[in-house]
Amino acid sequence: MKRRGFLSGVVVLPVAGRVGKAFAQTEPKRGRVKLELPVLADNGNSVPMKVRVESPMSEADHVKSIRLLSERNPEREMAVFHLGPRAGAAEISTRVRLAGSQVVTAIAEMSDGSQWMDSAHVQVTLSACVDGS
Amino acid sequence: MVARIRVPQDAKRGDVIRIAVLVQHPMETGYRLDADGKKVPKNVIRSLVCRYNGVEVFRAQLSPGIAANPFLEFPTIAAESGELEFTWVDDAGVRGSAKQAIAVA
Repeated sequence: MKRRGFLSGVVVLPVAGRVGKAFAQTEPKRGRVKLELPVLADNGNSVPMKVRVESPMSEADHVKSIRLLSERNPEREMAVFHLGPRAGAAEISTRVRLAGSQVVTAIAEMSDGSQWMDSAHVQVTLSACVDGS
Repeated sequence: MVARIRVPQDAKRGDVIRIAVLVQHPMETGYRLDADGKKVPKNVIRSLVCRYNGVEVFRAQLSPGIAANPFLEFPTIAAESGELEFTWVDDAGVRGSAKQAIAVA
């Protein structure tokens, strides 16, 4: 019951719309970002994830940040990675926790202010115990 | 808190190399119950920074949405030989750091 109430408050708005309003004037466009997640995860406690952004990573044109958003986790913003021209490339791997099957979104903000996104659906067999259920 | 850092052994100047770090930390979500049925307070690493010879090259803001013993792999340009220093802080205010030498040919 508690969980239902909690989730209903979280998943009302589509990811792109919410984030677009909160962080920039423009909505993120699809493209340039590639988010890799398994289609099926046995255990939501640790799901390998990789995000890659096409960018020359030069002083004039680079990825400033990549944010990872969850549709169902109690904390929607899972992580924000800050990069710069010193990175040389924009490709980050980590392991995430997922409170159930959901769509995960990655949004990259470029040095020119434009935003690009990709999302991936993950079927989670055993949810991470992040929402008390 | 213990961390393991992986850097390539054969980096050449100008190469884009991949750095991996794994920090030992439970990343408590705040929803888990202990043996007595009480909630274990939330405690996750919020911020992790990597400096390459003193210059910040990577920074991450984390949340309970990152798995326990957070693992991160990211690229950086092998600029010169020296040291990578990682520092992080969790919700309890506990700070940790780890260093790794890097040799660039």
